[in-house]
Amino acid sequence: MASLFRYFQPRHLLCATGLVVAAAGTAYLVRRLRKRAELQEVPREPEEPTNPCTSPSPAVRTVEPPSFPWFGIDIGGTLVKLVYFEPEEEQAEAENLKNIRSCLTSNVAYGSTGIRDVQLEVKDLELCGRMGNLHFIRFPTQDLTTFLQMTRDKQFSGLHTTLCATGGGAHKFEADFRTIAGLQLVQLDELDCVIRGVLFMSSSGPSECFYLENPNHPEQCFLKPFQLENPFPFLLVNIGSGVSILAVHGRDNFRRVTGTSLGGGTFHGLCCLLTGCSTFEEALEMASHGDSTRVDKLVQDIYGGDYDRFGLPGWTVASSFGNMISKEQRDLVSKEDLARAALVAVTNNIGSITRMCARNENIERVVFVGNFLRGNMLSMKLLAYSMEYWSAGQMKALFLQHEGYFGAVGSLLELLKSS
Amino acid sequence: MPRGGSLTKLAYYSTVQHKVAKVRSFDHTAKEVDGDPLYEISVQEEITARLHFIKFENAYIETCLDFIKDHLVNTETKVIKATGGGAYKFKELIEKKLRLKVDKEDEMSCLIKGCNFVLKNIPHEAFVYAKHADSEFRFQNTHPDIFPYLLINIGSGVSIVKVESEDKFERIGGSSIGGGTFWGLGALLTKTKRFDELLQLASRGQHTSVDMLVKDIYGGAYGSLGLTGDLIASSFGKSATTDKEFSKEDMAKSLLHMISNDIGQLACLYARLHSLTRVYFGGFFIRGHPVTMHTITYSINFFTKGEVQALFLRHEGYLGAIGAFLKGAEEDNPNQYSWGENYAGSSGLMSVSPDLNPMQRVRSGTFDMLEMDRLERQLVNLPLLQDPSSYIPDTVDLTEDALARQYWLYCFEEALDGVVNRAVASQPDLPQAVERAEKFRQKYLHKLQTLRHQPFAYGSLTVRSLLDTREHCLNEFNFPDPYSKIKQKENDLALRYFQKVVRSLEKLTWEQRQFALVKGLLAGNVFDWGAKAVSDVLESNPEFGFEEAKHQLQERPWLVDCYDQWIARLKGPPHKCALFFVDNSGIDIILGVFPFVRELLCRGTEVVLASNSGPALNDVTNSELQILTERIAAMDSVIQAAIKEDRLTLVQSGSSSPCLDLSRLDKALAVVVRERHTDLVVIEGMGRAIHTNYYAALSCESLKLAVIKNSWLAERLGGKIFSVVFKYEIPPQSPGLRR
Repeated sequence: MASLFRYFQPRHLLCATGLVVAAAGTAYLVRRLRKRAELQEVPREPEEPTNPCTSPSPAVRTVEPPSFPWFGIDIGGTLVKLVYFEPEEEQAEAENLKNIRSCLTSNVAYGSTGIRDVQLEVKDLELCGRMGNLHFIRFPTQDLTTFLQMTRDKQFSGLHTTLCATGGGAHKFEADFRTIAGLQLVQLDELDCVIRGVLFMSSSGPSECFYLENPNHPEQCFLKPFQLENPFPFLLVNIGSGVSILAVHGRDNFRRVTGTSLGGGTFHGLCCLLTGCSTFEEALEMASHGDSTRVDKLVQDIYGGDYDRFGLPGWTVASSFGNMISKEQRDLVSKEDLARAALVAVTNNIGSITRMCARNENIERVVFVGNFLRGNMLSMKLLAYSMEYWSAGQMKALFLQHEGYFGAVGSLLELLKSS
Repeated sequence: MPRGGSLTKLAYYSTVQHKVAKVRSFDHTAKEVDGDPLYEISVQEEITARLHFIKFENAYIETCLDFIKDHLVNTETKVIKATGGGAYKFKELIEKKLRLKVDKEDEMSCLIKGCNFVLKNIPHEAFVYAKHADSEFRFQNTHPDIFPYLLINIGSGVSIVKVESEDKFERIGGSSIGGGTFWGLGALLTKTKRFDELLQLASRGQHTSVDMLVKDIYGGAYGSLGLTGDLIASSFGKSATTDKEFSKEDMAKSLLHMISNDIGQLACLYARLHSLTRVYFGGFFIRGHPVTMHTITYSINFFTKGEVQALFLRHEGYLGAIGAFLKGAEEDNPNQYSWGENYAGSSGLMSVSPDLNPMQRVRSGTFDMLEMDRLERQLVNLPLLQDPSSYIPDTVDLTEDALARQYWLYCFEEALDGVVNRAVASQPDLPQAVERAEKFRQKYLHKLQTLRHQPFAYGSLTVRSLLDTREHCLNEFNFPDPYSKIKQKENDLALRYFQKVVRSLEKLTWEQRQFALVKGLLAGNVFDWGAKAVSDVLESNPEFGFEEAKHQLQERPWLVDCYDQWIARLKGPPHKCALFFVDNSGIDIILGVFPFVRELLCRGTEVVLASNSGPALNDVTNSELQILTERIAAMDSVIQAAIKEDRLTLVQSGSSSPCLDLSRLDKALAVVVRERHTDLVVIEGMGRAIHTNYYAALSCESLKLAVIKNSWLAERLGGKIFSVVFKYEIPPQSPGLRR
């Protein structure tokens, strides 16, 4: 499998994921899984436990776990997310299964664009009665064809002919999977997968969910673990290339409230255009060194201080990029400042829309996920602070360690359940 | 004076000296001599108050200040009110130049004050924008209650304000992604400096090359969520995943969509949270730009599925200035007056898209103007309107009816020579009448040209607005009453026949008399100098008389014929009080209306005669009618007794138009109507009963009658010229039904 990635073109590594599409939308009750016919024959219990193979329900317990390897894939607009369950070694393991195991687990980077997020690996996890480690791998969606060619060349399909997949790419590239790699995709609804993934991961480890204490304090900002035991109702804000906002009232009771096209792709895209950078990490790095207040027009720039009439503190951004209407000011700012301003604008906007949705839905708990937040403490702090400040302490921003991988985890869970 | 980023808007109050026609009764104690005119006409100077709003680019600030300095007549003025970002920036310059203290007013309060003012005082202020519809602008009727509403002000940032009453408003939210973001980010991305150039770029661009769409991720639609493939999943998403150059146009377009959609979404979230359906958009991002009005409208429709309409304001750019002015004038209590837009002095709404408006380039750099005349009296709804909020005065909206628009614009242009000649002839002794009349011609012609290109320039284009614009232009060049002499002559002539007409009516049986009275009303109404066909006949044949007019009338059954129902009604109990909106001078009022009114009075019905406050065409004005009534009373005991006993009352309508807007009537009229328990409304003439109010629903019985003196209109209604409309209506559950 390592060789799978060796042939990737040396394109820049793309990051902000397009797990879930945003763009638009209003209340729409999400239809249940778009399952294939054979999947629909499997009865589903309304309240399933998080681990599908340890269910107390006798109907499920009798289900044999599927044959290895166990993968879940989520093909977003920007990134492909892959989770791989590495079972404890067995003597009888087939040769090509061993190959996959060693390839994936002995490397942290594949080719020039594939990455295994080692720090996210979950060790000693029990899934369907098997102990093992869960690995998290990502690569850019534009390298998918290369991935498929590799899969074909390595005869991966000799092991499995179906693959549980979610994300837009599960639809867009369905034919490519079939014709290039000989793989039949089981297309899964991505919102369903994300929620399943979130619920599974947050119950599988104590440190999955956290919040920020003192988010606005440079030294005294701490990550505090949060027990997401009885999570409903909560707002799930999935920030990939775009943003989707879901109101989750129960495991099978959720709907997409709205979304926005101003997401990770917007931050990344604007930074590419404004600074000439190419990767998401580069853009983030630049942003961390910049000062957005030189780019943005603040309330104090207009009113000389707070706008008391409306209770607006002077530090509030009145106009994102508002100072850039003047040539003199444009000449004064650095690329880092621009990157920071783009980050602040996108993040704060997501915060505002989320807050309004939370109020309209009457929900106080908000969970932010998605690859936009990967390594992005700046945005997490901004979201944490703005949620708390503008709701006068009523709303809390929660985050999850496995940011962008929940769709892929959800599709892996489907595989185990449907076998 | 609000001072925005690049435009200065100035509001000032002036007193305008202009000529008005006055009529004065002679002393009639002396025995009347044949040939003496009935009353005296004089043209006097009158001073009225006018509000002026002008806007110009900040580059002209010094010129502007010089202008203010020259026009500061009131030496009492010590303070000038200013609002907006520039109020701070230009404070010193203003104080030095004008020797006035600059008083900074809160921007948002000014904005809201101005917004309330225009919503209340300017009909057709608000409109819906529909880019691909036949008429781009669809104007909203003035709603009697303007509150509550949401105002989304898109300046450099976005402010979302909930307005609950005149004094109560709250900024419920906002966003930093606004006009400044479009401009600033746009300048960085495209190296284009000017805001309108950026909009131009955007209007030519394709956002799909820059944005990541749903179909770019899914290969098609995301059906289960109802997301179509063309929806934007991630703004600028493609610029993150593609190594290529993007065109300036495409980036500007993507930016425009991103910002408009974002604002639209926030607006909807706030509207939903506060259960508000009226959402007005303003600020420099919107200001008359079809591109942004379109994207915002699209976004609002998308996010609310059509439940909320995005509304825009014709005078949005002036709101701050109006508000600042009103704050300064608070001691004058401007809200106690009614105001009317002066079509002659206002430059009107312009489309800034060069494709749409070829005149735009010529106009840039010129001053935009709005003038509002202060009406000395308050205007209110007719209390008898069935539903004031759905009342629309005008029968045909010419902005939506292209055929009718072409016809009427042509018709008014055709009639212009006659109006000019009439204006000149009306002032044989006054200086420069010919020159002034020529200037009037040019101005009105220019307005007609503008309206041909921009039918929506002054709100919905209607026959009424065309007529009113003509009156305003005539006044502008000091032709306050071109028909004064003709009216005088006709009144004089008609008065001589009054008694003869009454005597001959008295000889008839009751049934015969009722028919003769209605025919007289209709025949009298043929004498209307507003209609070209009639003025042709009258100018060529002055002997065209009352009797001849009766012959010209269509035989029954009329085009609209409710005569039998009317007669049946007359056989029942008399009406308590009739309100009669009268039309023309001369034969119409004296030989048509008065005998009819006399009959009503004899039945025991009180009568309120409502006539125009100011002159319009040959319509009888309130002051003329007072003299005429006196004269008639002197020769008719029925009329005399009715006046003495207060059973016949004259009121002014508050209007100076040949048409009638029942939602803007003199407050005193409304009081009389209510006090007398008016149960019958009679509306007479093409202007008041056909061009306007044909479909007006009243809560009491009504009679709308007119002779169609325009063959095009007659054909449209399915008749011929001189067809008769006699429309008698009884509202559901009217006391009239319970006989």
